[in-house]
Amino acid sequence: MKTDIEPTHTPAGSPPRLRTRSTGRAGDKIFLGLSRGSGIILLVIMAAIAAFLTYRAVIAISKDEANFLTAFEWNTGTEPMRFGIAVLAYGTVISSVIAMVIAVPVAVGIALFISHYAPRRLATPVAYVIDLLAAVPSIVYGLWGALFLVPHLTGLYTWLDEYLGWTGIFSYQGGAARSLFTVGILLAIMILPIVTSVSREVFRQVPKMHEEAALALGATRWEVIRMSVLPFGRSGIISASMLGLGRALGETMAVATVLSPSYLIDASLLDPGGGTFAQNIASHFKEANDNGRDALIASGLVLFVITLLVNGAARMIIARRKEYSGAAA
Amino acid sequence: MAKRIDVSGLTAYYGNHKAIEDISMTVEPRSVTAFIGPSGCGKSTFLRTLNRMHEVTPGGRVEGKVMLDDENLYGSGVDPVSVRRTVGMVFQRPNPFPTMSIFENVAAGLKLNGSYKKSELESVVERSLKGANLWNEVKDRLNKPGAGLSGGQQQRLCIARAIAVEPDVLLMDEPCSALDPISTLAIEDLIGELKERFTIVIVTHNMQQAARVSDRTAFFNLAGVGQPGKLIEIDETERIFSNPSVQATEDYISGRFG
Repeated sequence: MKTDIEPTHTPAGSPPRLRTRSTGRAGDKIFLGLSRGSGIILLVIMAAIAAFLTYRAVIAISKDEANFLTAFEWNTGTEPMRFGIAVLAYGTVISSVIAMVIAVPVAVGIALFISHYAPRRLATPVAYVIDLLAAVPSIVYGLWGALFLVPHLTGLYTWLDEYLGWTGIFSYQGGAARSLFTVGILLAIMILPIVTSVSREVFRQVPKMHEEAALALGATRWEVIRMSVLPFGRSGIISASMLGLGRALGETMAVATVLSPSYLIDASLLDPGGGTFAQNIASHFKEANDNGRDALIASGLVLFVITLLVNGAARMIIARRKEYSGAAA
Repeated sequence: MAKRIDVSGLTAYYGNHKAIEDISMTVEPRSVTAFIGPSGCGKSTFLRTLNRMHEVTPGGRVEGKVMLDDENLYGSGVDPVSVRRTVGMVFQRPNPFPTMSIFENVAAGLKLNGSYKKSELESVVERSLKGANLWNEVKDRLNKPGAGLSGGQQQRLCIARAIAVEPDVLLMDEPCSALDPISTLAIEDLIGELKERFTIVIVTHNMQQAARVSDRTAFFNLAGVGQPGKLIEIDETERIFSNPSVQATEDYISGRFG
């Protein structure tokens, strides 16, 4: 007799792991060795990177005559060295925040369009083009940013200055738009594909029964998205954003090509100046002496720590409402 | 406000595949009508045409008429969203909103329909949970997630969610097939109470269940794989299970095929 009765679903949580002892056959032993070896190698590499960065960073910081965390200067060519990461930390965080504020809503919108609104013959090419954006090398983004984006943004910045200049953040004195805000816009475009495609996959995996639950209550398409799709995709959107943020924090060539750097923190986001960790390293690494390189490595260590903190915060956000997550259904 | 359903000449397609053909029947208000039949005979598809959920499936379309009292659900200018607000549905697998609490789950339909005061919501949630025989089990943990309940409780939560908006009709698509026998019994008792207020249509694979809960039973069958499903007969449940007028019904019920 045929039935389409489905088996009762498994209770919440992951199924218990099967504990199987190796049977002693050669294949099992080789596979065990390979997988255990890969895991160990990964840990060793991570530890080696951390140890190397920390060692060189400690050397550099011990020679620093200025305050490493708060100084607004970067003089490493001559003794005594005076350098600080305040400007770099500010620039890195601000440009990435601008990028996230612009990119995440747009990316979620595109992902929803592809997964829930567009007819299939339109959704496939749109998804393809978005994925293609991810394949563009960052130096190409940098060139496009410097040669196209920068001259075309002056108009927008003048307009922003006129209406929002009083805030200080949006004041603009004219000149080339090689500012942190331009970098933020460029980074937004660069992280758009990764955030979009991860969100899209998450939205596609929303169980049909959750969407039908909302539909059967008389929800419109937008209400289905609000009641079922977005709550289910919430942790996925956060993960996608973190992937994007990781790229934005570490982006080097595009930022170095567009930004006109300085070691000052300006209230205005539109005026040129500022810097980011990665851009600063790229700009100085070639002509730096040993001391200068150690100083750059110290700044790289700070970027490493910031990235770890951001990732940890994201995991906490995801874990905080775990019992409400779609994974339990 | 239970309403009568009057279906005439209803045919439903998935793309080019005709899933059910030319179905006509009447479902009386304040009664339970059960749909039985072998897998693939289109009884779930037919159920989903009654609240316009069939057309949500890509390629799904419907021809024919479904009258709810004197309104044609497939009339031009009828919004499928508003149809689904008056014809509620309970699914095979319990599907409470995983990110919502028990309270929010029951109130979800009301919040779609407009804004309510907190006290109004509270009284509707209490009434609906009592109506679904779930109130005593959950009244102390209304703010806990709905997904944390047992399968049978989740299904009663889904019924509470469906009846909270006071629909005219309640459709149930194999509501017990994912549940254990005790939870099944609880749902069946509940169906018996709910039919005082609603028109209920239930699809079931379990013929004993159809015999226990329903007033009338419809038997669906299909001529072969790939053929459209058809309504063979609909009659008083007692008659279908004792003395059906079509031989195929008797064969199916006595277990000679299917």
